[in-house]
Amino acid sequence: MSALAAAASTGEAVQFWVLGTIAVIGALCTILMKKAVHSALCLAGTMIVLAVFYLANGAYFLGVVQVVVYTGAIMMLFLFVVMLVGVTAADSLKETLKGQRWLAVLCGLGFGILLISGIRHAQLNHFNGLGRVNAGGQVEGLAELIFTKYVFAFEITGALLITAAVGAMVLTHRERTERAATQRELAERRVREGVQLPPLPAPGVYARHNAVDVPGLLPDGTPAELSVSRTLRARGQVRDVSGQALEDLKALEQASAERLGRDNSREEASK
Amino acid sequence: MNPVNYLYLAALLFTIGAAGVLIRRNAIVLFMCVELMLNACNLAFVTFSRMHGNLDGQIIAFFTMVVAAAEVVVGLAIIVSLFRTRHSASVDDASLMKL
Repeated sequence: MSALAAAASTGEAVQFWVLGTIAVIGALCTILMKKAVHSALCLAGTMIVLAVFYLANGAYFLGVVQVVVYTGAIMMLFLFVVMLVGVTAADSLKETLKGQRWLAVLCGLGFGILLISGIRHAQLNHFNGLGRVNAGGQVEGLAELIFTKYVFAFEITGALLITAAVGAMVLTHRERTERAATQRELAERRVREGVQLPPLPAPGVYARHNAVDVPGLLPDGTPAELSVSRTLRARGQVRDVSGQALEDLKALEQASAERLGRDNSREEASK
Repeated sequence: MNPVNYLYLAALLFTIGAAGVLIRRNAIVLFMCVELMLNACNLAFVTFSRMHGNLDGQIIAFFTMVVAAAEVVVGLAIIVSLFRTRHSASVDDASLMKL
């Protein structure tokens, strides 16, 4: 198999150059996209490409783990938090430190040149390949190492995972400091405030729309703002359909007029 | 193609991630850049494993993945609780201790 060979085949070279370009473009998009969602999606693409590279390097187990853990779990966690924090929140482009961005780009360039020239000067021409090690089975080989040589690190990793899970729960958990109001108390408060005594009107213009973003219509045909959720109102996602019946009628009349006009011209042609 | 090219790619991705950490202000994107750097290191480890012909590099990469998962869980929890108190995910806004 080419993946196990010491030197890479032509097919692997083609794969490297094509997918490597995609990985670098994905990484650049991650740091240049203004919205966090786009960054997350670009990063997910880069991670899938890296999984393919692991497979090409003979690390079959790691390639699958990369897809399952990174693109499956970690990136979905990122997307969850992006949705929680607000998709529309774009990064501010205001510089708090003057010239920091250009200095950062300069530092990055210098660091990259240093790193790459270091690799160039290292003696890295001899590749053994994984053929001999993978002969007895990749997963068996990994398991043997994990449970003999690295068993202590493995145990500590387990402790770390449990600590992280508990830590995340402690950090995001909110203790309720006051008693929840009962239904009677809520009703009494509504009466005291006297703003909206009956329940709020339901959204949706029945027989046309029943979606929550469509406000119910008042008897005079105007939309009732109160019937749509406060969140949707704040986002400006309320769909107004009060004028839709007239527009439908207009479209219908126009269509029939066009049809009749065409029919008339056809009749004249036949004459 | 020499497999050393994988190391060059890893170095490039690491550099891009490091530059992203310096440039961006959004805490979530910052975290993504850190993940990119960890992934670049993993690629280097896997390539080294192929170079030396043993599986130790892959084991290290595996442990890196586990630690990255734990780090992301705690880090995102911190970001969520920060966002709850300050209503912003920007690292510039968390300047409560500044004089």
